[in-house]
Amino acid sequence: MGKRSNWAIPYFIFLVLFVALPLLLVAMYAFQDNYGHFTFANIARIFTDTDAMSTFVVSLEVALENTLICLLLGYPAAFILSRKDLNKSAVTVILFILPMWINALMRTLATADLFGVLGFRLGKGTLLFGMVYDYLPFMIYPIYNVLLKMDNSYAEAASDLGATPVQVFTKVTLPLSMPGILSGVMMVFMPTVSTFAISEFLTNNKIKLFGTIIQENINSSMWNYGAALSFFMLIIIGLTTFLSGSDKEVEGGTV
Amino acid sequence: MSENKPLENDVIIRLEHLSKSFSGKKVLDDINLDIRRGEFVTFLGPSGCGKTTTLRTIAGFNAADEGRVIMDGEDISALPPHLRPLNTVFQRYALFPHLDVYDNIAFGLKLKGVDSEEIDRRVRKMLKLVSMTDYEDRDVESLSGGQQQRVAIARALVNYPKVLLLDEPLAALDLKMRKDMQIELKEMHRKLGITFIYVTHDQEEALTLSDRIVVMSEGRIQQIGTPMDIYNEPQNSFVADFIGESNILNGTMIADREVSFIGHDFKCVDEGFGENVPVDVVVRPEDIYIMNKLEGAQFTAVVKSCTFKGVHYEMFVDTDSHNELMIQDYNAFEVGSTVGLIIRPEDIQVMKKERVENTFAGELVDSTHVSILGEEFECAPVSGIDEGTEVEVRAAFDRIDLLDHAEDGVTGGTVYMILYKGDHYHLTIRTDSDEFVYVDTNDVWDKGDIVGINILPQDLIVTARNGKEE
Repeated sequence: MGKRSNWAIPYFIFLVLFVALPLLLVAMYAFQDNYGHFTFANIARIFTDTDAMSTFVVSLEVALENTLICLLLGYPAAFILSRKDLNKSAVTVILFILPMWINALMRTLATADLFGVLGFRLGKGTLLFGMVYDYLPFMIYPIYNVLLKMDNSYAEAASDLGATPVQVFTKVTLPLSMPGILSGVMMVFMPTVSTFAISEFLTNNKIKLFGTIIQENINSSMWNYGAALSFFMLIIIGLTTFLSGSDKEVEGGTV
Repeated sequence: MSENKPLENDVIIRLEHLSKSFSGKKVLDDINLDIRRGEFVTFLGPSGCGKTTTLRTIAGFNAADEGRVIMDGEDISALPPHLRPLNTVFQRYALFPHLDVYDNIAFGLKLKGVDSEEIDRRVRKMLKLVSMTDYEDRDVESLSGGQQQRVAIARALVNYPKVLLLDEPLAALDLKMRKDMQIELKEMHRKLGITFIYVTHDQEEALTLSDRIVVMSEGRIQQIGTPMDIYNEPQNSFVADFIGESNILNGTMIADREVSFIGHDFKCVDEGFGENVPVDVVVRPEDIYIMNKLEGAQFTAVVKSCTFKGVHYEMFVDTDSHNELMIQDYNAFEVGSTVGLIIRPEDIQVMKKERVENTFAGELVDSTHVSILGEEFECAPVSGIDEGTEVEVRAAFDRIDLLDHAEDGVTGGTVYMILYKGDHYHLTIRTDSDEFVYVDTNDVWDKGDIVGINILPQDLIVTARNGKEE
């Protein structure tokens, strides 16, 4: 074949070594007992493990709340940033994205110390604050990108056809920015389900998230059960991605 | 349909002294226009002439700095676009990609709360009007350019606007499609009786479609008239050059009905210019009679080139006074042969020259320097004028040097417009200070070339500005 297809080989090797193989290993461990025999026991245990299940529900709840807050704060921010009449400087955009340049763990530690100094009680509130702080840029950026690229003539056409500024937003701008909202939601929701560092530092492990449970099991050398929990989460995340992906079809036809 | 004198209630849109600047650059300069009910009016001009800005001001997408837009006797200048009873067809269509054809067309009616049966009736009627029946469920992005164009027109017309604004609606279509759509647009206009305000840079399109054409350049209206008026009687060299092919020549009006150009005196039909007044003369290439016999000819020329253009031949000839003329004729004439030429009096269009030399507003820096065009130029010693006073500086068209590199000149500029005047080029240069310098030269430049501008000290004529300029 042509030379060009050869360029893909290094990436292919990378994918196999660092993505496919680890995933396969997780799956393998999940379906093995301590002696390497095939078993469904680990998976079955998750559904009877009330601690794991309730943590999972809490994780989903926290992730949903975090995503919702990020969306409610992030959309208006992205909207303002993308408008030349409201935001005259590109520096503002960089300032919003800047926190992403600093390691999330360090920012979380700093936030925890700050709460300590200010005398806040660590709990759900501080957890959500930390999460929103960490993940907000991931919500703003994709929405900002979509809004920035959106042709202004759509909004003009809508107002030309009699839409008030509010109607222009609800009937044209918002539906057309759906792809940005969806990728923002995914970039915030997925990682929050599996996070553990933020809850550890910002609630002193008072609130456990699903990531915490996985981490605890792996730390105490329960590799197989830990792998099973990871596998379970992967499936759930995969399913939601798939569902939100097919949602787009519906989105196009309504409004 | 169009009477000569519009009655007051016959005017649907009146533009009064519209002016607008974008970041210090004037894009609209005192636009005044009455548009009659049911008229097809076209704004025609090169890009950046202000035609689209005018349309967007009527639609309400941008506000003029000065002046008013009046519709049906009512000042709508302050109304936002959604409250104006007119609709727009956008250049890139701007169809909503998240809605299908039907919902795109129904968009305006749904907003107005029209009941669904009525919406259905009107949408179907429009689909039929634009020949898009059976396409209502289609995704707009799956449509061809021409089909999207039809949907965009239907989406605007379904609201029964009093005025339809069209911003270069056919620019993105290929030639064949454009011709078909032109005929259909004209037909729709005739059938619906709605006022159409159309923007294009395509002079042929404007001539084909319009009841009246508004030719614009540099933010100003150059001429308003029917397609025939604009073509046959251009008011200045810009219009003559922009509309159709033309020979634009320097001439002198000797007396009423007598003009001299390319070294010969001609009878013409124009009067009232005065005696021995420099003028621009326009002769359309198809209006020059060319023949092999030389007796009876007004002047002679040698054929330099002859190209077949489908219906006619296009020839360039070198006249006995060494001016180049373009001639179109159904017969071919042999290259190198001497031919006789005749121009009839009614085919000679005489235009007042807008200017006979450059005049710049400036300031005297010291006795040998003057500040014009945003730079300091050396001038011949000036006496009797104080330093720091405002002066008028004049320079002849042919005394301005253009240089290949902007940095070699005292100031720089860009070639903005080129007119060939038979034996030399008349260039309009837009300087870095956003002023215009007019240059006569024999050198060949291209539009958009960046040039340096130099003027020799003795060629700058500095005079004090008299009180009227204050």
